[in-house]
Formats: sequence, C-alpha cells, structure tokens
Amino acid sequence: MIIRGDEPEQVRLIRKLYKPGNYFMQGNEAVAYGAIFAGCRFYAGYPITPSSEIAETMARELPKLGGYYLQMEDEIGSIAAMVGASWTGFKVMTATAGPGFSLMQENLGYAVMTETPLVLVDVQRSGPSTGQATKGAQGDFFQARWGTHGDHPIIAVSPTSGQDAFWETIRAFNIAEKLRTPVVVLFDGVLAHTREQIRIPDIEEVEIAYRKLPQNEEEAKLPFGDPHGDGVPPMPLFGHGYFTHVTGSTHKENGLRDVYTPEVHDRLVRRIHRKIEQNREVYEKYEEHFTEDAEILVVSWGVTARPALGAVLKARKEGINVGLFVPKTVHPFPSERMRELAKKARAILVAEMNLGQMIIEVERYVNDDVLLRGVNRIGGVPLTVEEILREIRGVA
Amino acid sequence: MAKKIYSTYPMVKYLRKEALPTALCPGCGGGTVLNAFANAVDQLKIDPKDLVVVSGIGCSAWIASPYFLADTLHTTHGRAIAFATGVKVGLPDKKVVVISGDGDLASIGGNHLLHAARRNIDITVILVNNFIYGMTGGQVAPTTPFGAKTTTSPYRNIEHPLQISETVAAAGASYVARWTTAHVYQLIESIKKALQVKGFSLVEVISQCPVQFGRRNRMKEPAEMLRWFLKNSVPVSKAKKMSPEELEGKFIIGEIINRQRPEFTEELNKLIDEVQEHFGLKGE
Repeated sequence: MIIRGDEPEQVRLIRKLYKPGNYFMQGNEAVAYGAIFAGCRFYAGYPITPSSEIAETMARELPKLGGYYLQMEDEIGSIAAMVGASWTGFKVMTATAGPGFSLMQENLGYAVMTETPLVLVDVQRSGPSTGQATKGAQGDFFQARWGTHGDHPIIAVSPTSGQDAFWETIRAFNIAEKLRTPVVVLFDGVLAHTREQIRIPDIEEVEIAYRKLPQNEEEAKLPFGDPHGDGVPPMPLFGHGYFTHVTGSTHKENGLRDVYTPEVHDRLVRRIHRKIEQNREVYEKYEEHFTEDAEILVVSWGVTARPALGAVLKARKEGINVGLFVPKTVHPFPSERMRELAKKARAILVAEMNLGQMIIEVERYVNDDVLLRGVNRIGGVPLTVEEILREIRGVA
Repeated sequence: MAKKIYSTYPMVKYLRKEALPTALCPGCGGGTVLNAFANAVDQLKIDPKDLVVVSGIGCSAWIASPYFLADTLHTTHGRAIAFATGVKVGLPDKKVVVISGDGDLASIGGNHLLHAARRNIDITVILVNNFIYGMTGGQVAPTTPFGAKTTTSPYRNIEHPLQISETVAAAGASYVARWTTAHVYQLIESIKKALQVKGFSLVEVISQCPVQFGRRNRMKEPAEMLRWFLKNSVPVSKAKKMSPEELEGKFIIGEIINRQRPEFTEELNKLIDEVQEHFGLKGE
C-alpha cells in the first residue's frame, strides 16, 4: 500500500518545478503550494470567492506532479470525492468559503466518523448568507467547531500571514495523517488576497507525515480498532483486497454497522474524542509575544493577529506591560496555556474580525476579576494597529 | 433453516456472512438485485478484490453494503456517486459500482447523477427504483407514479415521475438500460454489459416494495407487483412506435443507449501525461 505523492519521483519533480527562494504571491497561492509540498495529489472543489485562486493554482500545478484536480458539481460533491479518494491512499484537499463550508458540514461529520484524513480550507468571508462575498472576516470560528451534528472533535488551524499559510497548510496535512482525521484550515479573505513575499523552501526542510497503514492482516481486519493504544487505527486502503467496510453509521471495530448497542456507539465516539484529546502534542500550537510580564493580554488569531502584534509593539514602547497570545491551532483551544496566562493578567482583550467568537472560548479560562473585552470589527475591513492600540491604552 | 440456505446458495461466496440475514423486508426486490449483481460478477469472473461498491442511504443502499464482500463505502444520503468519483480517480483499474435507490440517487443525488453521466466517468450505477421512500416509511418520491398513494400523498400523487434512464442517457452516459425484477436474466446481462462498458453506465431496476408502495396501491403481495411489471413493460423498440398517451404508466424496458464516448479518468490521465510531457517533467 502506498500513500500517493509519497513516491521518490515526487521529490525530483518538486525540486525541478519549485526552486527555493522568495516569491511575491497571494496567500491563496501559498496555501496551494503548502498543500503540494505536503504531498497533496488530489483536489476536488467548487469555485467560491475568496478561495478560488487555491483551486486555480491546484488545477495548474497538480497535473505537472501527476496529481488530480476535479471541479465537482457542488461543495457537497467536492468533500464526498475527497473522502473517496482518501480511502484509495491520496492526501486530499479542498478549499471553500462561508456558504460552501456550510454545505460541506454533513460530509465533514462523515469524515470524522469514518476517520478519513483530509484538509478543508475555509477562506472565511463576511456573512451571514452571501454577506460581502469578496470581503474577509473571521466569523466561522464556531462553524468549524460545531457546524456538523453530533458529539464530535475537530481540529482547526489558523494562519496569520501568507508565509504562515504555507507552513500551516503543511502542518494541517501532517495532523490529518497522524491522527486519521479531517483538519480545517481557517484562513480568511484578507490574507487570501494579500500579495506579499513568501519563501518557498527546499523540500528537505519540510516535515512530511504519512498515515499509519496496517502492518498485518489482523490490523487490516480492524479498520476502526485501536491496536496501538493511541486511539489511531491503521487505515486499510481500498483496492488491496481487505474487503474493508466503511460507513458513517455507528460501527464496530471491524467496520460493520451496529446502531442498536449503546456500548458500541459509546466506545466508538469516545475513542474518536480520546484520539484527539490524548494526542495534544501533535497539533497544539500557539505563539506568544511579551507574555512573561504582561498584565494586559491581547488574544488574537488569524489575520487580526498581525495588527494586534503591531499594537502590542507600539504599546510596549509607550511602557505598557502588554503581551500577545495567538492560538495557531484554534480547535481544540490551547486551554491550559490560556488558563496560566489569564491568571497573571489584569485585563484581556480579544481582537477578531467578528462580533465576538473566540472571546467566548477565552472566557471559559478567565476568572471573574479579570477585565475581559472584545475588540471587534465587521464590514470586511481588518482591524488596524491604531484601533487595537487605542483599546490597549484604554485598559492600561 | 437460514444457515442451510447460506451453505447451499452458490453466490454466498460473494456475501459477508457475518452481516446476514439481510434487513430487507419479505418480498422486497432488493434480494433479486443482489442476486443478479452477484451472478453478473460471477459470470464475468470478476475478482471481488477488484471491486469497490459504494452506496448512499435507504433500503437499496443496503443491497451491496454491507452484504457484498468487497471494499464497500456506505456514504451520506444522495452523495454515493460523488464519493465513487473520488474512488474511481484513485483506482482507475478497479470496477467501481454504485448500488442505491431512486430516492437516494435521483432525488437528493440527482445533481451528482447528471454530472457523473456528463463526465462519463467509468462507474456502474445500479439504481433500484421502487417508486417510494421505503426506509423512512413510504413517502412520495420523484419516481412515484402520477395518481399513486403514499403516506405523504394520501389522496393521490399530483406530481409527474422522473424518467431516470432517459434523463441520464440525455446527460451523456455511455450505457443505460432499464429492467424490472421480473426480468432477471435480462437484468444480469445488462449488469454484465454495464460492468464492461468503458464509461458511465446506469442500470435502472424497477423493483417491488410491497410493504410501503404495494399495500397502499392495491398490490399487497410481491407477486402482484411483479405481474404489474410484466403486464405494463414495453420493450424500447416497441415504445418507439407508441404515442406518449399510450406509454402513460408503462415501463420502457431494454437498452436505452449504448455508445462510446471519451471516458473521464482516461482523459484525466491523458491530460496529466500531456502536461508532464509539455513541461519536460517525465522521468529520465
């Protein structure tokens, strides 16, 4: 069994096509190149602003690498095709935006339940509904977490720049492969369309992970078991004669449906949760700036983390003891570190391009005596350094 | 008793024994479809290791998944063909088969059905048409005959049924045939052809649902439904000479279309070859 994109030939092709160096490109293109470096060789999608350049870049580049671009009839078909392709051994990705992400939710739940690795990039745009289709936003924080039904874990990462998008997309693939789970990349329309300098590394500099494959017949017969105790079952790929049965219904370790026994559902869903909980080191990631002595803490994510850093740097020059905490994996939230930082802070500001979403998550880890305030803006224009600085001064 | 049937039924080697007996109602046409499919696979000597069977949601989705012993992917409602599209691109040398019902494939899944036919991707679809939503309790479907009674059209159905085979043929499929569960041998032959055709193929099987459809439409017994199929079946050749009024309420059976068109996965791989050639990327 092989994971496609894993062949030694691919290293030669990547070296030949993408010389290391600095390029001037859009955030969306950086996501696409990140996926290509991570080994993605199957992309199924449906065009939607502001994500379309990811599809365009994949359509142009994938055939050069022997990879497949499929433009499906809708978003539901796109994620469905990805799941099918993932079970044949492809690393797969799609990109979409708000309304398309809504359409994908049912099959995102299917991917969670069937433990299918895939990467779903949501280039957040203004909503609800069609909203401002061409403008960026950070309003899908909770759609990523709770968009599909049932008790389910989800992993979502969120890049803060074009360069970061390249590396975070690779990280998303590695998490998906290591934990046999879908991973959401919460990108946004602002960074997606911003052109900036992005360094493309040599392929050797990139850590690439592959899903666990069954080592023997016995493991292959239990595609939803836990032979290694880490909650991650080896994945018997289709086409290798294992007669694997995959269903989104509650299933036993051997894959066969059993929706009548409470224990079977309990065991399956709890293991899928445990798999994410007990492997925190695989995905937990955050950035900190000046947090050692911060009595004021700014918490921010994605596109807003950049003006937030600018504001913190300026405020520091003014002698304000302020720090910045940026979760890079936003789901599951870096709760432990957040709790530690919240203990030391007198005031916490949560800056984001929405009317207050991550702040609800932050609030869970903050005591009542801390001043907690949102710095929010909607309308498609990102928060500025000055606006965030003003709020910092206001609580200083 | 049941055990004895399993041990003497020659097609049992193709079934997941641990999943038997099936959950299908007594008199359901699903068993006939499973039997016909297993016989087609057997007669063509297809190794089940070279098969991936995909299905959606509903009674007919159960026919091959979990019962057929191959790689099986039981998916979300309506999306089986889209899932199968990803499987086929990943495994172009395998036979990818979708077996599901009319509600699943032609209603909620209608969009995927049309576009898979348009792409002409090499997937074989066996669409079991029983005119009803069986598993959810016998509600009206896009295939329910005009005037028929269901739990959600208790007075009568005032919508016109979708002609699935004709629609899929018009959308661009390579092979389309329609039979009923009363035409078992013809059905097996058509499934065999569909499996061998390079391109999108659809075999529509008109199938009896005595429990949800029949008993509300004066056909409580499975045999009554089969007699209804036989009495109202019109071969394609004869139907061509009949007026739309004469064809009202009839089942047109036989091959609707059989033609060659460029196939999607082959074209996709050809394109990749051309691109790699063009950019000088072929291995030394």
